[in-house]
Amino acid sequence: MREVAVVAFAQTRHSAVDEGSSEPEMILGPLEEVRRATGLRRFGFTCSGSCDYLAGAPFSFVSALDALGAWPPISESHVEMDAAWALYEAWARLQHGDVDSALVYGFGKSSQGDLREIMTLQLDPYYLAPLGLDQVSLAALQASAVAADRAELDEIVRRSRAAGRANPHALDLPDPEGEEFEVAPLRPYDIAPITDGAAAVVLAAGDLARELCERPAWIKGVAHRIEPHYPGMRDLARSASAAAAARAAGAGKGQPDVAELHAQFSHEEVVLRRALDIPGATSVNPSGGPLAANPVMATGLIRIGEAARHVMEGRAGRAVAHAAGGPCLQHNLVAVLEGGR
Amino acid sequence: MIPRTRHVLEFPGGYTRTTGPVIGRFLTELRDRRLVGVRTATGRTLVPPLEYDPDTGDAVTGEFVEVGPAGTVESWSWAGSPRAGHPLDRPFAWALIRLDGADTSLLHAVDAGDVRAMRPGLRVRPRWRAERTGRVTDIECFVPEVTAMTASVRVEYTVTPGLALAHFLSGIARGVFLGSRCGSCGKVYVPYRLSCPECGVAVTEEVELPGTGTVTTFAINNLPDPRAPEVPFVSAYVLLDGADIPMIVLIGEIPAHEVREGMRVRAVWAPESGRGPSMDSVRWFAPTGEPDEEV
Repeated sequence: MREVAVVAFAQTRHSAVDEGSSEPEMILGPLEEVRRATGLRRFGFTCSGSCDYLAGAPFSFVSALDALGAWPPISESHVEMDAAWALYEAWARLQHGDVDSALVYGFGKSSQGDLREIMTLQLDPYYLAPLGLDQVSLAALQASAVAADRAELDEIVRRSRAAGRANPHALDLPDPEGEEFEVAPLRPYDIAPITDGAAAVVLAAGDLARELCERPAWIKGVAHRIEPHYPGMRDLARSASAAAAARAAGAGKGQPDVAELHAQFSHEEVVLRRALDIPGATSVNPSGGPLAANPVMATGLIRIGEAARHVMEGRAGRAVAHAAGGPCLQHNLVAVLEGGR
Repeated sequence: MIPRTRHVLEFPGGYTRTTGPVIGRFLTELRDRRLVGVRTATGRTLVPPLEYDPDTGDAVTGEFVEVGPAGTVESWSWAGSPRAGHPLDRPFAWALIRLDGADTSLLHAVDAGDVRAMRPGLRVRPRWRAERTGRVTDIECFVPEVTAMTASVRVEYTVTPGLALAHFLSGIARGVFLGSRCGSCGKVYVPYRLSCPECGVAVTEEVELPGTGTVTTFAINNLPDPRAPEVPFVSAYVLLDGADIPMIVLIGEIPAHEVREGMRVRAVWAPESGRGPSMDSVRWFAPTGEPDEEV
């Protein structure tokens, strides 16, 4: 495998409300920041992750290219998935050996529609979507199967929100309180907040990485695994695909100092900690994680960016990042990042 | 000020999808009020049927088997505030239901009425729509199996109080308490009775008791009772002077919290015109104002 590292990461100051920027306008800031950090204006490969249904417009990602200045023509690709999978594609592209740098970005404005119902559109159209199953109802089914201790879930939310308040990019959310249910057993605060935002990462291979960054966050392993879509065909209490992705990425070969998990519901952190076998000493979601800011389609990429930032800034020797897609953690990606020249 | 506008994404008339033979078979059977699963090469029954075995990726066999219609709830969540797109407009459960004969679970709604009716292991059956078109919503929802029913009971009787109580009540109608003394143990019982419950012998001696006595114990009642003047009211055991067995009566003309054991009381009778062979003739017992007795 060719050595590939995260050498720059930037994100917007995420917002709970529509601040009026279009998606291409939102991505401008993070793009400019990673260009400045690396000094690169052109990249060997560019890949983005976004979802047309968030804006309700076909090929909305194409207009995001306006933020790049894609002339003369660039080598570009897109995934209709969280941008963590765009990073995976860019990592795979860099393995070819003919290009050394890649720009990856993701963006999403959940504030424009009803995310719970937009997510229904990702469901199987024969058995699930006609039931009007929304995202929170599905997650509540998984929470019920997990049957985690309420005190443990409350502590996850409390810790995430406190960390989010300390993170200038995340939302300022109060400590969780209230006894009411959204869809039982989920309480409103168990659910990641509606968030608009974007993020960008630059990947570089080998010597270019060492040249661009004092402490590159080397991708020691990255893998993704998926399981059956239909929830009734799975054991919702655990995530077999997250565990398989972690094994394939070599997550268990060392103890991570930091783990950034794409848990959009408090019980998902419980499931993911078990699946990834995260040791108790590891700091989980020091950024606040998705429960403090969830710019859909960028949230997973931000997990990799945040984990890499800890390595690049010398605060972690080894970090694990996780991204998820699909209902009830159907699809999981795990990346292992390490410092060192 | 940022201008905002409404934007709708819609496929007019809906988006037509072909089902393929496996899903199509399930939906066709559903239209005929039957639930079927498909067998995998390893012998598992997938419900709802998929084209490929999720465990192995192999194509499923062409063998369809009828399952359910009853099933067991494996896990559930409770939609307390249904949304516009939800299958029911009243609170309901989302549930993973293992239909009888299936090896996987069907996700559907359960109309359980109340969250307290939901539990893992709950047995449910489909509620079919009258008009079915071959969609998963041909099942409106699942409903719990019948495990309980309410039977109404009402019969009418004409009753008599028995000879002894009838005699006692005839005394009440005259404004006196009638008791009886056991010839064997000497105890005086009130109300009047025909035999001594301790000795088991017939009692023949009638005793007329005064309308005064002592509270031996009492209870403050906070539930309304048609016989009581107000809530809270006090019911008490009163040992009539000369009796050995207390009688249960109402206490009146004193706040409930001032009633005490040992308190001296006297019967307050209804006006003579309103008296008859009924305990209604005694309105209640009221304090006499005498010093308390040792009880």
